[in-house]
Amino acid sequence: MAEDATRIATQARDRVRFEEEALALADQVYRVARHLSGSREDAEELVQETYARAFRSWRSYTPGTNLRAWLLRILTNLNIDRGRRSQRAPQMTPLEANDYYLYDKLSADGDGRPADEERVVERLSQDDIVSALSAVPHDFRDVIVLVDIGDFSYQDAAQILDIPIGTVMSRLHRGRRILKRELADTVLEDMT
Amino acid sequence: MKDSGNDPCAHCEEMMQPYLDHILTEQERVEAEAHLDECEWCRRRYRFEESLRVYVRQAVSEPMPSELKEKLAALRIPLD
Repeated sequence: MAEDATRIATQARDRVRFEEEALALADQVYRVARHLSGSREDAEELVQETYARAFRSWRSYTPGTNLRAWLLRILTNLNIDRGRRSQRAPQMTPLEANDYYLYDKLSADGDGRPADEERVVERLSQDDIVSALSAVPHDFRDVIVLVDIGDFSYQDAAQILDIPIGTVMSRLHRGRRILKRELADTVLEDMT
Repeated sequence: MKDSGNDPCAHCEEMMQPYLDHILTEQERVEAEAHLDECEWCRRRYRFEESLRVYVRQAVSEPMPSELKEKLAALRIPLD
C-alpha cells in the first residue's frame, strides 16, 4: 500500500515536471511551427495538438534527452498527417540560383560602387522574407526552419524529420539557394 | 565538393555555405580563407550571406500569442 502511494506520488511529480519543462519550451516550438505550417492559425492548432499529445504520452519521453526535439518530432508528424494532405498539389521543380545570385541582384541597381552588405540586406522587408520562405517547397523549408531558425543540429533535424543526415545537409544547401532565388524574385517584382 | 573548374571565385562560392556552417575540412577552410584574403568580391558576398542569415532569422521570428500560452497550460492533465 505504502509502496503504491510512493510510486503514484513519484509518477505525479515526474509528470508535473515534464509538463512544466514542455511548457517552458512552447515559445521556441511555436516559432518553428509558425513556418512549418502555412499560417498563424495552423501553427496555433498544430502546437495545441502537439501539446495535447505530448501530455498524454509523456511516459514515452526519456528524461535527459532533447525535449524540444521530441516535441518537434510530434509536431512534424502531425503536420504531415493533417495539413499537407490537402496541399499536395504537384510540386514544380523549384528554381534555384547560385549562392551569389541574390547579392548580385540586390546590389546591381546601385551607382556602380560596391554596396555595403548590411545595407543591401536591408532592402529586403520582413514581408519579403516571410513570403519568400513560404514559397520554398516544404521538403526544403522544413530543414531551413529547423536548422537556420530553430537552431537544431543536423542530427536533431534528421531525427525530427526521419531522414538521413546527408539529406538534411543537401536539402539545407539547396533550400537556402531556393530561398535566395525567391527573395530575388520578390524584390525584383516590387521594383517593377 | 563540386568541381568548379579553374575559376577560383566559382570555387569559393561553392565553399560558402559549408564554410559558414563550419563543416569544411581544415584544408578546405585554409584554402577558402586564402582566397577570401585576396578577393574583396567574394569577401563581400560572404559577409552578405552572414548578414542575410541573421536578418532572415530575425524577420521570421514571431513571438507566441499569449492566449496560446494559456490554452496550452489548460491542456495539462489534472492530478487525481
